[in-house]
Amino acid sequence: MARLTAKNLERAKAVVRRYPVARSATIPLLHLAQEQDGHLTTEAMEHISELVDATPAEVLGVATFYEMFKEHPVGRYLVGVCTNLSCMLVGSDEIVEHLESALDVKVGGTTGDGLFTLEEMQCLAACGGAPCLQVNYRYFENLTTERVDRILDALRHGQAPEGQEIPPHGTLSRVTLPVPVTAADRERPEEIH
Amino acid sequence: MVSIVFARMEQQDAHTLDGYTRSEGYSGLRKALSMTPEAVLEDVKASQLAGRGGAGFATGQKWSLIAEGFPRYVVVNGDESEPGTFKDRQLMERDPHQVIEGSLITAYAVRATRVFLYIRGEMALAQERVGQALVDAYAGGYVGADIMGSGWSCDVVLHHGAGAYVVGEETALLESLEGKRAFPRIKPPFYPAAKGLYLQPTIVNNVETVSTLPWIIRNTGETYATYGAGRAPGTRIMCVSGHVKKPGNYEVEAGKITFRDLIYDIAGGIRDDKELKAFVPGGGSAPWLFPDHLDLPLDPGPVGAEGTMLGSGAVVVMDETTCMVRAAWNLVRFYSHESCGQCTPCREGGNWLEKIMYRIENGNGRPEDLDLLLDVGETIAPGPFPHASNKATGLEAVPFPYKMTTICFVGPSAVVPMHSALTRFRDEFEEHIRLGACPHRVAVGSGVHA
Repeated sequence: MARLTAKNLERAKAVVRRYPVARSATIPLLHLAQEQDGHLTTEAMEHISELVDATPAEVLGVATFYEMFKEHPVGRYLVGVCTNLSCMLVGSDEIVEHLESALDVKVGGTTGDGLFTLEEMQCLAACGGAPCLQVNYRYFENLTTERVDRILDALRHGQAPEGQEIPPHGTLSRVTLPVPVTAADRERPEEIH
Repeated sequence: MVSIVFARMEQQDAHTLDGYTRSEGYSGLRKALSMTPEAVLEDVKASQLAGRGGAGFATGQKWSLIAEGFPRYVVVNGDESEPGTFKDRQLMERDPHQVIEGSLITAYAVRATRVFLYIRGEMALAQERVGQALVDAYAGGYVGADIMGSGWSCDVVLHHGAGAYVVGEETALLESLEGKRAFPRIKPPFYPAAKGLYLQPTIVNNVETVSTLPWIIRNTGETYATYGAGRAPGTRIMCVSGHVKKPGNYEVEAGKITFRDLIYDIAGGIRDDKELKAFVPGGGSAPWLFPDHLDLPLDPGPVGAEGTMLGSGAVVVMDETTCMVRAAWNLVRFYSHESCGQCTPCREGGNWLEKIMYRIENGNGRPEDLDLLLDVGETIAPGPFPHASNKATGLEAVPFPYKMTTICFVGPSAVVPMHSALTRFRDEFEEHIRLGACPHRVAVGSGVHA
């Protein structure tokens, strides 16, 4: 619960190298900090400001602008239900009601055991599989209340719901991306033709 | 049905490098690299490909606007979040190499040396699929230094967002990519091609747009332009959702089919064989159409004349049981929620619209609320506002563009659903106010989660 660990600092430096201007790494590094701690701490945001050549206030300003960044602890599993038009038309309200009663929390709340936080989400680009939800940004489409129960049950037992492994909140892509081989501010591509 | 951008959707391993190269993958790039950048640009112009993000700007023309000077960048907009739209996610998850190949063709044509793929933050699988594809493409020599032995080098950087619809606006996306709050930039300059990322010349293209490029280069732009009809050459993906039997993404020769073909034939018709009441024809920002418009072709010309747009290609179908107040409120809530807060008319006005519609839907509306809604709409978008014609009343369509008091389209987009629903179904709004309740509540579910 603090600054980036030595290992994550190395990852952070590799992220910064992907951009011609360090500040572009702000959002990726906030994701990294959220992966480390589950949410964003003041110390981590200060650390990021040093790495991206911005003030802590600028980093905080970015963090508070974007929906996915949480300045307070959330559950291990963030359950987000889309309630936009396409999902609403085919029953997302019932899915939200069912989750509120199954988890015994209101939208925005976290269960007492710290396992689940329930959210409503804006259109998740899964309208063909409506109604849909995400657990830590992994999709579950064509929902029924029975399926929702099975998903929750698997997560409570530490299993992968419907075979889909769900890492703890904060972890997005688990792929380590390549470091660019060209210097983005120098090439003159017209020279090759 | 013709399959161009969706050609690999039946292929289970299309997301792997092996699977992709087995089905002509990277041969478009190979061919492009054997041509001059000018010839690639000319071929794309000949294809008449128009951007698939929503605005429909001609891709070749956009590229030719790129200003002198280096460095210059290509940015691929994968921040798909327009309500009803779900095609780019499918393309990124299931054919990620095609996105990479198309973005490299773009970079080569406009002489850029770095591509940024901006993928929406909430799409973990798309990020992993495109990320793994990138790792493999680098290892295979398709990205990076001396691509396929051509002597040309280009990097592709994968970037993840963090949840903000306004990032879909291209200048907001650039701000976000620069590590800032996603505030749309004040225009002019109108085009990132003049001043874009880090104020350098930049081409911003949508995921579906770049995904179409490998096919165009392999088969020539002229061949691509033989598909489709009217002002809609080629194919495009239509996202159909809501009250249809077979919701999904369908690649169609747009100008050759009508909304009736799309909804009743391709998407199987209305669920439970109910009657159609209204449909969103091009994403949440598009004014609504109604049963009397079903025979319009999916062509920007006639659709535009009817007061709306094909936008992102998202058709949301609402049957006779749908409460128009509630459906419109749902979309208004979205745009209100997604206001970045820069412009007062959008930040405050969107919020007002949402609150007024919420109280009407929940039985607390006042008779004067209807004029108040229109008044607030005027503050965001003064003057005639686009809407469809109504055969029954003789109301004529009002086409785009609207005037706006905001920097970007998010504010006026909050007006769209309110204005469409109120123009056509004013009686339904009045009924809510008179009854002090929603007459449809039982049909669309009991809960309200504002």
